Amino acid sequence: MSYRIDVNGRRCTAEPRPGQCLRTYLRERGWFGVKKGCDAGDCGACTVHVDGEPVHSCLYPAVRARGRSVTTVEGLAGADGGLHPVQQRFLDAQGFQCGFCTAGFLMTAAALDEDQLADLPRALKGNLCRCTGYRAVEDAVRGVRHTGTPAEGAAVGRSLPAPAGPRVVTGTARYTFDVDVPGLLHMKLLRSPHAHARITGIDTSAALRVPGVVAVFTHRDRDVPGKPYSTACHEHPEEDPDDTRLLDDVVRHVGQRVAAVVAESEGAAEEGCRRIEVGYEVLPCVLDPEEALRPGAPVVHAKDAARSGIARPERNIAAEVHGECGDVAAGFAEADIVYEETFRTQRVQHAALETHGAVGWLERTGEGEVGVAGAAGAVDGTGTAERTGVGRGSTPGTAGGAAADGGVGVGASRGGTERLTVRSSTQAPFLTRRALCTLFGLPPERVRVVAGRVGGGFGGKQEMLVEDIVALAVLRLRRPVKLEYTRAEEFHGATTRHPFTVTVKAGARRDGTLTALRLHAVSDTGAYGNHAAGVLHHACGESLSVYRCPNKKADGYAVYTHTVPSGAFRGYGLGQAVFAVESVLDELAVRLGTDPLVLREKNIVRAGEALDAATGGEDLHIGSYGLDRCLDLVRAAQAEPPAEDVPEGWLTGAGAALSMMATSPPGGHLADVRVSLLPDGSFDLAVGTAEFGNGTTTVHQQIAAGELGTTAERIHVRRSDTDLVPHDTGAFGATGTVVAGKATLRASRALARTLLEHAAAYLGVEADACRLVDAAVEAVAAAGTAETDPAAGTVGAAGADAVEGRERGGGRGGRAEAGGAEGEPEPGRRRVPLAELYAQARSEGGQLVAEGHFGGTPRSVAFDVQWFRVAVDPGTGEIRILRSVHAADAGTVVNPLQCRGQVEGGVAQALGAALFEQVRLDEAGRVSTDSFRRYRLPAYGDFPHTEVHFVRTADAIGPLGAKSMSESPFNPVAPALANAVREATGIRFTRLPLTRDRVWLALRDAAGDAPPSAPDAPRPG
Amino acid sequence: MPGPPWRPGDAWLGGGTSLFSEPQPHVRRLLDLSRMGWEPLRELPDGSLEIAATCTVAQLSRYARHSPAPAAPLFEQCCRAFLASFKVWNMATVGGNLCNGLPAGPMISLTAALDGVCLLRAQDGTRRRVPAAGFVTGAGRTVLEEGELLRSVTLPARALAARTAFRQASLYGLGRSASLVIGVLDPWDASLRVTVTAATVRPYRFRFPQPPSAAELRRAVGSAMGERDWFDDIHGLPAWRRHMALRQAEEVCRELTGGGSGRGAGSAGRGGTR
Repeated sequence: MSYRIDVNGRRCTAEPRPGQCLRTYLRERGWFGVKKGCDAGDCGACTVHVDGEPVHSCLYPAVRARGRSVTTVEGLAGADGGLHPVQQRFLDAQGFQCGFCTAGFLMTAAALDEDQLADLPRALKGNLCRCTGYRAVEDAVRGVRHTGTPAEGAAVGRSLPAPAGPRVVTGTARYTFDVDVPGLLHMKLLRSPHAHARITGIDTSAALRVPGVVAVFTHRDRDVPGKPYSTACHEHPEEDPDDTRLLDDVVRHVGQRVAAVVAESEGAAEEGCRRIEVGYEVLPCVLDPEEALRPGAPVVHAKDAARSGIARPERNIAAEVHGECGDVAAGFAEADIVYEETFRTQRVQHAALETHGAVGWLERTGEGEVGVAGAAGAVDGTGTAERTGVGRGSTPGTAGGAAADGGVGVGASRGGTERLTVRSSTQAPFLTRRALCTLFGLPPERVRVVAGRVGGGFGGKQEMLVEDIVALAVLRLRRPVKLEYTRAEEFHGATTRHPFTVTVKAGARRDGTLTALRLHAVSDTGAYGNHAAGVLHHACGESLSVYRCPNKKADGYAVYTHTVPSGAFRGYGLGQAVFAVESVLDELAVRLGTDPLVLREKNIVRAGEALDAATGGEDLHIGSYGLDRCLDLVRAAQAEPPAEDVPEGWLTGAGAALSMMATSPPGGHLADVRVSLLPDGSFDLAVGTAEFGNGTTTVHQQIAAGELGTTAERIHVRRSDTDLVPHDTGAFGATGTVVAGKATLRASRALARTLLEHAAAYLGVEADACRLVDAAVEAVAAAGTAETDPAAGTVGAAGADAVEGRERGGGRGGRAEAGGAEGEPEPGRRRVPLAELYAQARSEGGQLVAEGHFGGTPRSVAFDVQWFRVAVDPGTGEIRILRSVHAADAGTVVNPLQCRGQVEGGVAQALGAALFEQVRLDEAGRVSTDSFRRYRLPAYGDFPHTEVHFVRTADAIGPLGAKSMSESPFNPVAPALANAVREATGIRFTRLPLTRDRVWLALRDAAGDAPPSAPDAPRPG
Repeated sequence: MPGPPWRPGDAWLGGGTSLFSEPQPHVRRLLDLSRMGWEPLRELPDGSLEIAATCTVAQLSRYARHSPAPAAPLFEQCCRAFLASFKVWNMATVGGNLCNGLPAGPMISLTAALDGVCLLRAQDGTRRRVPAAGFVTGAGRTVLEEGELLRSVTLPARALAARTAFRQASLYGLGRSASLVIGVLDPWDASLRVTVTAATVRPYRFRFPQPPSAAELRRAVGSAMGERDWFDDIHGLPAWRRHMALRQAEEVCRELTGGGSGRGAGSAGRGGTR
């Protein structure tokens, strides 16, 4: 009985391994369109057709496919290469963001019959998307078209499609692990079963005897760096305490890595982990932050404060913040009403569909060949043709085209030096490189970090969780090594959103004017202090400074516990504080008998005013102001008569909340961008920032196209590769548009000017008389009116350099004479194609390149207002969202389709956190919700679509007036929901999530006037 | 005997949707039941229905769609109570759901409510029959002995001829059952059977010769069940589950005895409302 299956029309006869599932069988044969999201049948990313029936290939025993015909997303298109109608619809509606789940949705949607199409929530319940909030998916399934077509120079403000779209829908976009690396070894981690323990002994001998095991790494190995660091990625590493070791002799949470096994197969590495014998001296642990603050609590990090950067190690305080403006005591004294309440937010996981992981290898690079061998970076042209276009570039940096096809060369070149290359699912490749260099004592040129397309981030990948140990193994073993987290490991060994306990006290006069605001926050940073300080500062910042109140005070403590570490998460602490502040203001309004919107209008900061924070935020300005109009939009929605059906007996109510968020992180966020003219007259745009569905690639294309007078499709973006540009802090803090986009703007402006100057010299006219049109420079009749004329002062002040030759300035004087190589322009000629300019510059040994830089300061603020109408069933505790309206001030919206997607996705993710998501710990501190069937993500049909409205403002700081809009939509959602539920039920919920069981209990207790039962009883997690 | 002799580390492979959903380091060998060639569904001469353990959920759903049996709608209702989507139905088996013994297993609810009888086959070939309602003994626990397999579940004609009512509650829309209650009105003597599952660690059944009042229902449930019998896990607090089960029990009684389908049936009861 020999094995034979047919995959997309190709016969395959390799026997599957015993117990192998179809997913890994297919991926091992290069069908990378089949994705791993959960490996448990919950997320649907691995959906394929077996004999025409859709199945989750992660659950399908490969052996059962014998004799059958399997279709993956790569085989969905017709034999002629034409897209399947479903693929075309996902392109037209842009039914994706990161695109990691898309193949699964395509394979499912392609198999639906009429009955199923009529009941999409049920038909699509087996497919999870973490990015879109499903509106885009629904439009795709239903055939709604959204994407616009590119037009010259007018790209900004249009809904241009993401350049990666064609590859996403055909399953050919290359994510982190979609590479075939010859000789690859696999790493698996042994994790701690104890919340707090000292390792007294590790015996690896049995593990090393497992066939296929190549090496075992423990803290005892001499080549394991012992120096402490933080997994957090920040421009300034000193923002985070150095409390983490690559492999430690003390474990501080269940799931902390204890040892790493590297083997020829994942199975052997897993078996090796099971054979390691570890002796633990179990130590007392503390799982609750308030207990951890008590004197005598077990100390999580007995370290030196000054050396580690931990605020008060002996009190388990990783970081603290204190600040006051005005005099809150006096403010409360003059208040007519004072309200105070304590609010708690739970532990939440990012749940990006692509898990953490990295593939590392050594590559040899000869002089001048940097970036050619093993180019693993990401390329975003608009299709195959564009990719070829990039590949044609003969400059060192432009050979990334091959990389998009998934080939990885670890190959040697004559001579040259060897360097470590790490391909990782990261939001911050440059900071990861810097951290690896520091950890292993390597110079930057010996380490390269690249990201492919990243399958979702949400802050969870602003963290070095795997690259360190992969690098260690590669450097020791000198072979390629891969570590790919399982979904369970995401819960045990990655990070979560910081749980917060926030007490807010607010005082107001009878007319609603705030007199004092006081905020006391305790965050649970878990076992390590990564992002502890940043998140805490942020929580205490814009949550208060959005209100005009003379007296404000904030105190915050980030507390260590023996639990899975918290980290960066969309909203970065602000959402937790906003939940408290906005709930308290709502309650204040209720008590004053005032419309909550009116109370807010009375107290919000106004255009032109300074942002008074109790703490920090000195470089924060209101670059443009649309908060008042956001509130107007919500008021208008609220005034419309309700049109929704409400079941008999259900209670209804409406509520709103607002939030303000800085457009980028404090302390500077750097971006370098390089744009160059290619031989065919199109452009290569090299950016450092990563793309994980946030859509910044399209935004950069649009900004560059606008400046260079061309269409977005002629801007070929390469990104997230430390070889491309000098530095980029990373794709976090909502910076992809406002920081990297600004660098793109500056680089493009500088190149535009250079092109005009060259063309002017070439044509023998004044530069001012020239303008860029598509693929050419034209001399216009009169001088001085070129639309793209960059303000010289701006460029100069911005630090953008126009590099005019391979060696700066070289040959400029001689260019006019040498220009004849490609033929002198005819006398009186008014137009020169860019391809000709390229050839002319090339003939002189130069190239037309410009660089742009932005340091991320000063910073502006974006505004979001969320409003819900809800119905609550007192008999079951179910909350049904009847209507959801979100008004946002994102400044100039560069790409409305994408920006809307960011808001929709942010609202949906926040609703999951408000209504049901919860990482739970058992009594021993172990995460008990370590799969998607235990940790519920929002599914298709959970919520109605959110109506998104943008208020038009033009920011004085952001590129072309744009502000960020990726993190901030999350923040007002939970309090808006709680405020609506308050109006419906009369109950103020102070603890998230609002699950049906707890809502019902609270309603029962309120109705029966019984002593409150304990749905809110403190428990770990 | 089917297949080679049983040895430690062996596991019966049904649809694979449970076995393949989590690491199984203790499993050394999979014995594939799909090669047994069992007919998925057989209508027996006495009017009963034999469902093979290897019958997939998709096959069961398709069968019921064309079945004239009064109880047939309950089949689809229970299939839809799966957390898993229709794609998983293509692989998941009725027997696998029973053998997992999870409180939320909707095939347990279905077969328990319709007086199903499980046929078990031991390694030595011995066969025994146990009621489906007693097959599951606790959360994740069944009466199966090491190496014993579930061959089939047979639903008697009398149950198939019954009118049924169904309620499901979950913490989430279309989510995992936190309470699943089925009412069955006997076609011969008009007695009422209420089967409570998902809210409890195993199925509980209550028989009422006459339609019970709400108080009688609560008394019956209250006397049969202690506080610990209500299931406590991440999918719902026990107090809420108890409340939902009682509420749903009242609703199914009302629906079957002419009291209408019960107000509020559309809330968590349908699970899928949005």
